[in-house]
Amino acid sequence: MTPDTTSYMIAGFAVIFGGVILYAASLFWRSKRLK
Amino acid sequence: MALVLLDGLAVAATAFALVWVIFFTPREAVMGDVQKVFYFHVSAAWVGMLGFLLAFISGIRFLRSRNADRDASGLAGVEIGFVFTLLAIVSGSIWARPIWNTWWTWEPRLTTAFVMLLVYAAYFILRSSVDEWEKKRRYSAIFAIIAFASVPFTFISIRLFRTIHPVLFGSGSGGDVFQMTPRMLFAFGLSLAAFTILFTALYWHRCLLARDQENARIEESRLQWEEEK
Repeated sequence: MTPDTTSYMIAGFAVIFGGVILYAASLFWRSKRLK
Repeated sequence: MALVLLDGLAVAATAFALVWVIFFTPREAVMGDVQKVFYFHVSAAWVGMLGFLLAFISGIRFLRSRNADRDASGLAGVEIGFVFTLLAIVSGSIWARPIWNTWWTWEPRLTTAFVMLLVYAAYFILRSSVDEWEKKRRYSAIFAIIAFASVPFTFISIRLFRTIHPVLFGSGSGGDVFQMTPRMLFAFGLSLAAFTILFTALYWHRCLLARDQENARIEESRLQWEEEK
């Protein structure tokens, strides 16, 4: 029987995409601060 | 304009890959939905290593040319490589919890990836500890070249040592070899392509930021020099 691991999938996606969004936001913020 | 187009393409490709993986990729029978983390976990690890490779190339080019732009592209490569490697490690840990019944184990791939992350963390410490810019750039370039040795070692660790980490291509030393269906392979190719585009956009932005930071630093020193005069 296939186990229910959906919550771990959501957590994994949240970490990866949350991290990418945070990094992109940090680039935007650092760039704004210079101007 | 080209960068705006690239940004749009990166967002669209990543969103498309995410939707495709969630809704149109088959659920793996043994692991369930958590296996879908694999598509972006491997993509994040791939662009992480790509960042370190670019830093390695930039390091060599800097030592040859002493051009500050090469230093900036090296810094961009290490910074993005570090972020994506960290994301790959954390997402891998989340994947491991229901499958290996532990968040972390000191097996060869996890250990070498963690050591690689620490090595590149030292790059930032080195940069911030040297004040003189010429030295800072030279030391950073040399460090990025030497540190790159940890990248192929991390990659081949699952083929060199006995491990429980899955092997994607070829045969490993004890770990499972993934058998992907054509639809899984398509999703894998899609997420790899999307993250490569995303990496290109972020790398471009980081290089531009480094150039602006350099210009701001030069302007600040000029103003300081004029004040002193």
